[in-house]
Amino acid sequence: MEMTEAILLTIFTAATPLMIAALGELVTERSGVLNLGVEGMMIMGAVAGFASAQITGDPYLGALGGIVAGMLFSLLFAFLTINLVANQVATGLALTILGLGLSGLIGEAYVGQPGVKMLPIVIPGLSQLPLVGKLLFSQDAIFYFSIALLIAINWFLFKTRAGLTLRSVGDNHTSAHSLGIDVIKIRYLAVMFGGACSGLAGAHLALVYVPQWVEGMTAGRGWIALALVVFASWRPWRILMGAYLFGAVTIAQLHIQAIDINSLSFLPSGLFYLTGLIKSIPSQFLSALPYVATIVVLVIISKNRRLTLINTPASLGKGFVPDR
Amino acid sequence: MLEVQAITKKFGDLVANDSVSLEVSKGEIHALLGENGAGKSTLVKMLYGSLQPDGGEILWHGKPIEIPSPSQARSTGIGMVFQHFSLFDSLSVAENIALSLGKENDIRDIGEKARQVSEEYGLPLQPDTIIGDMSVGERQRVEIVRCLLQDPELIILDEPTSVLTPQEADALFETLERLRSEGRSILYISHRLDEVQKMCDHATILRHGKVVGECTPADETAASLANLMVGADVGDVTRTGRGEVTGEALLELHNVNQEAASPFAMELTDINLSVRAGEVVGVAGVAGNGQSEFFDVLSGETTSSDNASVRYNGHECGSMGITARRRLGGAFVAEERLGHSAVPDLSLSENLILARHGSDSKSFLGMGPLGVIQNGVIKSVTKRICEEMDVRKSGEDPDASALSGGNLQKFIMGRELDRKPSILVVNQPTWGVDAGAAQKIRQAVIDLARAGSAVVVISQDLDEIMEISDRIAVMSDGHLSKPEDAESITREEIGLKMGGLHDG
Repeated sequence: MEMTEAILLTIFTAATPLMIAALGELVTERSGVLNLGVEGMMIMGAVAGFASAQITGDPYLGALGGIVAGMLFSLLFAFLTINLVANQVATGLALTILGLGLSGLIGEAYVGQPGVKMLPIVIPGLSQLPLVGKLLFSQDAIFYFSIALLIAINWFLFKTRAGLTLRSVGDNHTSAHSLGIDVIKIRYLAVMFGGACSGLAGAHLALVYVPQWVEGMTAGRGWIALALVVFASWRPWRILMGAYLFGAVTIAQLHIQAIDINSLSFLPSGLFYLTGLIKSIPSQFLSALPYVATIVVLVIISKNRRLTLINTPASLGKGFVPDR
Repeated sequence: MLEVQAITKKFGDLVANDSVSLEVSKGEIHALLGENGAGKSTLVKMLYGSLQPDGGEILWHGKPIEIPSPSQARSTGIGMVFQHFSLFDSLSVAENIALSLGKENDIRDIGEKARQVSEEYGLPLQPDTIIGDMSVGERQRVEIVRCLLQDPELIILDEPTSVLTPQEADALFETLERLRSEGRSILYISHRLDEVQKMCDHATILRHGKVVGECTPADETAASLANLMVGADVGDVTRTGRGEVTGEALLELHNVNQEAASPFAMELTDINLSVRAGEVVGVAGVAGNGQSEFFDVLSGETTSSDNASVRYNGHECGSMGITARRRLGGAFVAEERLGHSAVPDLSLSENLILARHGSDSKSFLGMGPLGVIQNGVIKSVTKRICEEMDVRKSGEDPDASALSGGNLQKFIMGRELDRKPSILVVNQPTWGVDAGAAQKIRQAVIDLARAGSAVVVISQDLDEIMEISDRIAVMSDGHLSKPEDAESITREEIGLKMGGLHDG
């Protein structure tokens, strides 16, 4: 029981940054902008989050630092792709490369230093519940925030006029413009929101997951978050599902490697061999699983015209140039 | 109620609206007639605030107003139903309507309001349906309901029936009658004469950006309206160099039938045509009557399962693609210069090899099966084309997008003419080209025919058709009329056929 609980807890910690970054990117993409720079914005958030927590000694100010850094970094992307109509794919990739390099430079002084850990907030009463108490009600603030964010984004996108406007811009920016909607302003806001979320996700890594600064510590999580948005077919609730699924895969891969197969000899022979079989799968295969799953989802939705139509932002990745 | 006084709009050198005046009174359906490119759309875009006039005045209830944006137009009381819908495919009917209404409307009530209005006017709609799942006629209903919810005094309809089935069109006319009886005014843009005669109280006719006439359609005949529209009052140009055509048939179409590929495409019905060596056949018609589909069938962009339906020099090639037809001696100039006839970001010489790699592989490609591009050869051919057609450009071999429209068209025509094709098919050869370049292009087309080729020119410019054709056919509603001798056919006859009064 203890063991299961500990493993589940690590899954929660692994899933939280994936979910936050993916939710931010979902909002960006729903406005029709494809920002492939999530990894870059996350690592900037991580280094800024670590540094500001170190300087102030306050992990919450650290989280704020991460948000600000991610948002500022996304502004660069917004300027290049929205004002100058640069290619979004190329600019996003450049943003990732720049972020990885720049964060290494900024973070050099912090390598090996002890970080400030954001401690769990235990909710009285509820945290006493068996199993779920520990998992859901003795978590860090960013976890609680991620759940609130999910609910808020779902409400915003599908129940408010502002959310409808954002979706309309993502569906057809020319029609939106002809209705008098300020496409550029909305896309700027959406990109900045995505940047803020990525920054916070990065800060979570440096303040909760491994309270340390390690160069390149995002280790591809930004790419998983990007894949998640497609995996979720641009639906917020499916991001929750996907983030925990992918989080579980990441954690499972660590634990399976750590299992000493001989200690399991008490298991019935069938189960024993199954465990051995799973253990024999190369860990690289498990790391690739999120991407494989994303491709499968893409194939499924692209076969169904209606699913694609309703969920995929039709102007995704296309630059907008207003006429005269 | 609405008065437009001497409004002018220029795009560069092109005067799209030249001192246009128009008056729409309360409770009338006012038709705005004209050929494509006459300036109708430009005019209504200014009324709806999506374009700003360069001169002139708009009066609303007698007071001069400015319309800086579509939302300003809507709050003034001007609504518009677009020809190409401005709906969001992935959103529901109610969501689409909510987007164009002001913030004072609660987003949750809009579905119910839309349902009420749609029932009231006989335009049945389900507010929760996703636009992408709807037919074209249903989408137009959404546009109209959206427009009505803003309670406009003036409704602009831009060629509303061009995308509708006859039954849907009849339902639309009933709705329009109802709106008129409520005292709303309608500005109805069309080039379908029968509709205008049936419904409209007044008509203003535009030609080349100018008002050429005002009338009460009920007092006119379809022929007199057609004359005003196509400009029969303008004197005929002199035709030159036309001789007896006795050559054999080089290009033949037999009973071509083509289903419409999309809701916006035209169906082609029973098209027969035979073009002989040495003649130019002009295909007149108002845009959107099947010309582009016709061009695609001729060029092989659309292939047919019936190989015998198209013959080049006697070879059956209905199922062959463009390159195969080029090898048989065909040459094609499509309507859109950039993106169809030429790749914008490739140089002229690269555009040359792209079009002619199949038909001229012997001279343009080297090293046998490897097919290495002979850069020296294509550069020198490009140079020759540019000199012959007088293409003005900067630099030796610029990108296609760096050329002005007229010069690029000259290059594209030159590219096709340079190989002396036995069959040439051109769609809109001089659209948007200045007079000098247009003359050059027309002359080149006539010269090619006189040298023994078969030429088909599709154009909406009747002057052009009259000038260069030996025989003239008219495309209307997917039908092609029997080509008649250009010497004997009159503009009145052509105008009638263009107006949709074809003999079936």
